[in-house]
Amino acid sequence: MKKTVLVTCALLTAPVWSQEEMDLPAYRPDPKVIRETLLPPSRFGMLLFDLFEYHVTSEEKEALYDVEFWYGGDFNRLWVETEGEHSFERGEGTLERLDLYYARLITPFWDFRIGAGVSSVYGERSGNRTYGVIGFQGLAPYWFEVDANLRVDTEGKVSADLEVEYDLLFTQRLILQPRLETLVAFSDIPDVGMWSGVNNLELGARLRYEIRREFAPYVGVSWTTYFGKARDARKSAGEDTSVFNLLLGVRMWF
Amino acid sequence: MVSRRDFIKGSLAAGALYGFGNVVSSFASPVKTASKGVELGDYKEKDGKIIYDLVIRKRPIEFDGRIGKGIAINDNLPAPLVRLKEGMWAELNIYNELDEITSIHWHGILLPYQMDGVPGVTFPGIKPGEKFTASFRVKQYGTYWYHSHAGLQEQLGHYGPLVIEPEEPEPFTYDREYVIVLSDWSFEDPHWILSRLKKEDGYFNYNKRTIFDFVNDIRTKGFTRALRERMMWASMRMSPRDIADVTGATYIFLMNGHTPEENWTAIFKPGEKIRLRFINAAAMTYFDVRIPGLKMTVVQADGQNVQPVEVDEFRIAVAERYDVIVQPTEYRAYTIFAEAMDRSGYARGTLAPEPGMEGPIPPRRKPPERGMEAHGGAHLKHMHSGMHHGHMKGMHHHHMKKDPCGVCEPRLKNFQFGPTAAMLNPEPLCRLDDPGVGLKDAKHKVLTYADLKSYVPWKFLHKRKPDRVIEIHFTGNMERFIWRMWTYDGKRWTSDIKDFIKWRYGELVRMIWVNHTMMDHPIHLHGMWMYLDNGSGEYKPRKDTINLKPGEKICIDVLVDAKGYWAFHCHLLYHMHMGMIRVVEVT
Repeated sequence: MKKTVLVTCALLTAPVWSQEEMDLPAYRPDPKVIRETLLPPSRFGMLLFDLFEYHVTSEEKEALYDVEFWYGGDFNRLWVETEGEHSFERGEGTLERLDLYYARLITPFWDFRIGAGVSSVYGERSGNRTYGVIGFQGLAPYWFEVDANLRVDTEGKVSADLEVEYDLLFTQRLILQPRLETLVAFSDIPDVGMWSGVNNLELGARLRYEIRREFAPYVGVSWTTYFGKARDARKSAGEDTSVFNLLLGVRMWF
Repeated sequence: MVSRRDFIKGSLAAGALYGFGNVVSSFASPVKTASKGVELGDYKEKDGKIIYDLVIRKRPIEFDGRIGKGIAINDNLPAPLVRLKEGMWAELNIYNELDEITSIHWHGILLPYQMDGVPGVTFPGIKPGEKFTASFRVKQYGTYWYHSHAGLQEQLGHYGPLVIEPEEPEPFTYDREYVIVLSDWSFEDPHWILSRLKKEDGYFNYNKRTIFDFVNDIRTKGFTRALRERMMWASMRMSPRDIADVTGATYIFLMNGHTPEENWTAIFKPGEKIRLRFINAAAMTYFDVRIPGLKMTVVQADGQNVQPVEVDEFRIAVAERYDVIVQPTEYRAYTIFAEAMDRSGYARGTLAPEPGMEGPIPPRRKPPERGMEAHGGAHLKHMHSGMHHGHMKGMHHHHMKKDPCGVCEPRLKNFQFGPTAAMLNPEPLCRLDDPGVGLKDAKHKVLTYADLKSYVPWKFLHKRKPDRVIEIHFTGNMERFIWRMWTYDGKRWTSDIKDFIKWRYGELVRMIWVNHTMMDHPIHLHGMWMYLDNGSGEYKPRKDTINLKPGEKICIDVLVDAKGYWAFHCHLLYHMHMGMIRVVEVT
């Protein structure tokens, strides 16, 4: 009985419902609604204090920072990056770079960056350098984090710098980061204490503990040695040509 | 794990979605928290129609005594069970009481595309305060589900089970049935989760390789081989421990809305045959499901009858459904154990003859590590050429067997995926008889796609040659959290959602999928069945969601029998959101 009713029902209604379905007004996909509701726009920003540390053994009461900020989408981003040292003892220091970049992801692991920036020495001696900069920032094979730049200043003088980092995990939160940094100038740029040739090599090792991914205090050591004209310049100024530091800092991001 | 203060902070970051005032009021005022468990929604039956009212609201939800901010439908998590009957009309009234646009997509349901619930693709979405009625003739039966297709709402609890009773009896019997909805919950806002993934690759992964793992490898595999393997992975900047993007570091895993501690329980009488309808409604989590002490007979996959296959465990990809029948004969509690694929947590419930009983919780297994097969065949050969190996031997043997993928050869090689592909897979592998990462060494029977055979034959698959062959290439960049689905139209590659994949009504389309990424992707096509070519001829199983493993290729037939616009995407919520989605236009 029930079955008969169902069958009859189906026979009677079949043309009706297919008709009803056909009567639905067509909807054309709407890119605006897709963008706003299905996949709302995703722009992100990150402020990273990669190095933010105090040199315990230095008599200069010295602090060092390497801070970067980016904002943007998947492929195009705006970057600000700054790096330098400050001595609280003498109220002087070096702003190694304050760069503003446009960055584009050109290969899966590499951003090409182009921008402009300034570096300066302040305190007893002082001087400035304004430059245009191009560079690459990204992840090299074998997990090396690389930041390489070429700077041409307003006087046509050229310098290049390279920074390489690597993360070595002891545990999921205890991470050792060896780090290498070097600076090469192709002319003397005395205003900011750069000299033609390889200026220095800085090797560091920082052991951080990620309380959260965003907040990781660290201890570390760094050793900087100077070469060539840069070494001579430091000698004549009565400064050490090779510097060892024990340091305390925090790596954090927002 | 995460403090309440962090939760508020996370909510703040979400900006418009969650105003601060909102969060505070929900904590301070005595707003009732959502109820939990699978509850049949109130319905009316009138003139051959089944009518449900579904009201979507923000609701505080309690987990183990801690309150989170979610979205609930009819104030329940998961959303109420919508039970329909094949052959009748469904009239589903959706009321949006959120302060943003929402939608409901009826996952796996054949219906006019205007009812499919994808904002911008099939309809404009449901605006705050508005009502939308999805009404359609029910033309199928089985276990399905429904969820939001707007933004990241699904992560907040906007999902529920949908079961359709058949007109004719099913080819199996049972005494009682339970719906089991598996899902993942975070006290953090989903936009906060996404922003972590964008800012730091591996943010939620607390199972990365350490130098002690390397030392262990040297001990077990010898220095040369350990080093060679490490160098191989490192040269590609890939990690064999990237199993899940979002893990138990922020998630708790739920069974019917309940935490493992809350222990959702299903009652049985010893000797009864019980049908369990498993639904994976998680945003990002694959579960490995077992009930220690019981064999499970899989009778349906994605709501479609399959030839019964007895297993001890099955992996359920996001959005898949498996119906299994179990027959406990002893008067004791059995644990229903659903372990996250990366082993960072589990959902748990109990099958017991009376409430309050508990079975033992199985020992947790070691987090898995991917093998070289995850990169496809090219890398595998390279590794084989210079190695004598233990675990690779198994794979050799594995490939001696008949390839269940049949003739499934991707032809395109001129890949132009740019920075969206961190890896290319020129020689994808057939992995249908591989249960997946972490299950290969299981001592018991684990379901694979090669085991699935349709209960009834599909004659047309035998008779017809495909009218159209199309390759879909899945790419990803973990570092940047970019995900894409690429197609080639003879002139150029595209992964843009605005470039529709164009099919003709009535065609038989053959799709060839290639996974260039190191992750599993559960791929869902709306509106039409996908017949998985797993070597079972006209008994190919048909599904609405098919998991594509790392390094894998899969061939699929689609009978194009529904006009309109159909979303086609990875069902990992954050992958879809970051670009792994296309639209099929059928004219």
